[in-house]
Amino acid sequence: MSTFWSLWIIVLTSVNLALIFWVLMANRKVAVSDEADPENKTTGHVYDGIEEYDNPLPKWWFQMFIGTFIFGIIYLVLYPGMGSFKGVLGWTSHNQLEREQERADEQYGQIFAQFAAMPVEEVAEDPRALKMGVRMFANNCAVCHGADAGGNYGFPNLTDGDWLYGGSAEQIKHSITHGRAGNMPAWGPIIGEENVVASAEYVLSLSGQEHDAELAAKGQGVYAANCAACHGADGSGSQIVGAPDLTDDVWLYEGDAKGIRHSIRNGRSNVMPAQGEMLREEKIHLLTAYVYSLSQDIE
Amino acid sequence: MKNHDIVEKNIGLMVLLAIVAISFGGLVEIVPQFFLKETTEPVEGLKPWTAVELEGRDIYIREGCHVCHTQMIRPLRAEVERYGHYSVAGESVYDHPFLWGSKRTGPDLARVGGRYSDEWHKAHLYNPRNVVPESNMPEFPWLFDNILDGKDTGKKMAALRSVGVPYTDTDIEGAEAAVKGVTEMDALVAYLQQLGTLLQQKR
Repeated sequence: MSTFWSLWIIVLTSVNLALIFWVLMANRKVAVSDEADPENKTTGHVYDGIEEYDNPLPKWWFQMFIGTFIFGIIYLVLYPGMGSFKGVLGWTSHNQLEREQERADEQYGQIFAQFAAMPVEEVAEDPRALKMGVRMFANNCAVCHGADAGGNYGFPNLTDGDWLYGGSAEQIKHSITHGRAGNMPAWGPIIGEENVVASAEYVLSLSGQEHDAELAAKGQGVYAANCAACHGADGSGSQIVGAPDLTDDVWLYEGDAKGIRHSIRNGRSNVMPAQGEMLREEKIHLLTAYVYSLSQDIE
Repeated sequence: MKNHDIVEKNIGLMVLLAIVAISFGGLVEIVPQFFLKETTEPVEGLKPWTAVELEGRDIYIREGCHVCHTQMIRPLRAEVERYGHYSVAGESVYDHPFLWGSKRTGPDLARVGGRYSDEWHKAHLYNPRNVVPESNMPEFPWLFDNILDGKDTGKKMAALRSVGVPYTDTDIEGAEAAVKGVTEMDALVAYLQQLGTLLQQKR
């Protein structure tokens, strides 16, 4: 803050305080005096027969005024207020935050450090760690993956043991830290609508759903030429590129004929945002353990 | 009481004295902020909104997002823990008006940029309950249908330039072309994805 603005604030604040004090004191005494009738305490104003007294403030009120005045001065001495003067306490909202964070680190840092030193698989068995994990999941992950981690349309279920990018502790941690970018191109313009319909029938057949056998046979060729690179020759997917398994009954988007055709025609892309720059490592470690624990009871 | 009489009987003088009495707070607390470095200098790396983001911001205002969502992370541990680095004045020097807000029905959005995917934002704005069943946020499905023509974008940028936002002539000339044909949804998401991305701090 420049000296000018600092002085501006100091001078105006002081003048303001002085004026308030003066106004308060100036109204302390009865100013009316009627020489002819010393007992008369009215101002002499008459409004429709109503007369006006000139009484000073009641004592308690006056004292409260003085009290706020003293409070103000003490505040300005202790806290920043008078221009560049920092106040004798040296308080700022930022150093208060730092102190709060230091206190929290003292309190929780050790717990985080303890879990951070343990392998994910072990942390996933610790009920205390999972309690912390579920809270962090609610705060950071639940908007997409659901409060119960059961997923949403377009956002994977984390409890079913079916993984796009792998369910090992390392893979989960990698997904959280670096994010994932799934991208299936739009095949409509490339292979044409006829082939879209045919390959969709073939995909239906992969998961044992009702399908048109004739179209599926035609679609098999289209699939082998275009889709197998990512989804695998047998349709079992690839965790390296995050291509879903098409042979099971787990669907990120609609798994019926219409939905599959839409996916093939227009492509699908979804991004898991990288959390590595947003969350501290020990938190990611706990979150990994929590997510890992969700699918351990099945199979 | 004589002095009182003077003030009470001269309404002009009374108005003047009343103005003096109530102006101290503004003179001390508001006026210096227009001239202080801390409040007028952009943070490092701050760029004015692009044409599309600017339109997105206007949609944000039109739909009243700021009524339920603040863009102001206070320097309190609970907030920094949840949202990230506290907001600083230098982040909103190009915002006219700023959208700090004063009430949170939904979460703070000051650092929502990059936190969720574009697809999530679209699904969420189409119908928030599709992704967050507990949500009581309204739906905004028309954002998918409304297409921007960008006719006024350049003028908006010129107006902002006159109050100090450093748009170049090229920015203003290219605005219509950049915005034309973009859906309101895409513009709004582009705006949201830029919010607060300059100051990152691990939570």
